[in-house]
Amino acid sequence: MKARVYVTLKEGVLDPQGQAVAKTLGRLGYREVHGVRIGKYVEIELEEPGPDGAARARARVEEMCRRLVANTVIENFRVEIEQ
Amino acid sequence: MTLFGVVRFPGSNCDDDALRVVDEVLRPRGARGRILWHKEDALGDVDVVVVPGGFTYGDYLRVGAIAAHSPIMGAVAEFARGGGPVIGICNGFQILCEAGLLEGVLTRNVSLHFECRDVHLVVEGRPTPFTHAIPAGRHVRMSIAHAEGRYVHPDVERLEKEGRVVFRYCEPDGAVTAAANPNGSQNNIAGVCNADGNVVGLMPHPERACEDILGGGGEEGRMLFECALAWKTGSPARVGTQP
Repeated sequence: MKARVYVTLKEGVLDPQGQAVAKTLGRLGYREVHGVRIGKYVEIELEEPGPDGAARARARVEEMCRRLVANTVIENFRVEIEQ
Repeated sequence: MTLFGVVRFPGSNCDDDALRVVDEVLRPRGARGRILWHKEDALGDVDVVVVPGGFTYGDYLRVGAIAAHSPIMGAVAEFARGGGPVIGICNGFQILCEAGLLEGVLTRNVSLHFECRDVHLVVEGRPTPFTHAIPAGRHVRMSIAHAEGRYVHPDVERLEKEGRVVFRYCEPDGAVTAAANPNGSQNNIAGVCNADGNVVGLMPHPERACEDILGGGGEEGRMLFECALAWKTGSPARVGTQP
């Protein structure tokens, strides 16, 4: 079983890296680029759970995110569980 | 005698500088220092904890995130809960934020550059063990060396109202301007304290401004450590020269 975690910056938090990438994309001719926000993608390998394991796995991974994987002062996270 | 414990993590690189200040430079004033290894889970009889700068765990995941969960930080948190003075410098500040001992978070500098230069700070806010004896309105010059020093707090107005901004980037004459802000921190914030005032974090490096050979006469950084000594003994009431 695998958890896919997407960590993204909260709205309103300045992202100078994203701004630099947006500016460079504009320089490459992609005039349609209005903004870029950079986040993180994390894969977490999990032991195979028993029945009702997916729900429990999700709760555990969300706890991991709150405690370490994301900093919820400035970041949001989204968890996908792949069976 | 006041014993300073300097925490050493894999990737700390200002630990020996901090230890030198407390164990050699300030030894005649009654200071002593010892290293606290990150795997220790007790502080022993230390009176003050210093979490020094560096690049702990290679800044993996987020700056300070991995070090914040090491065994020694449990003991540091307990020490802080009991009112013990704790100072985090640069990466140490980042670690204290990630450990939840200080509010807010330090993010990538607006410039996207590693900013390495001298800055000026105005000392303000509520009294803390590391600032209480510094004359009001005193400006100090110290160096910064960081890529992630942009302080972000979700409710910075509350922090301001509570007097918890203790260092702010300023011009040499003390004026707080956008031009004096080296990293884009909210409200030019260079350092903050916790609600009880006993935990302080700052991005600039006081331990690099404690000796004449390092410029500025050495008083400007030394005042913070002298405050910690005065906090325990009750005297002197003032450190450093008047502005």
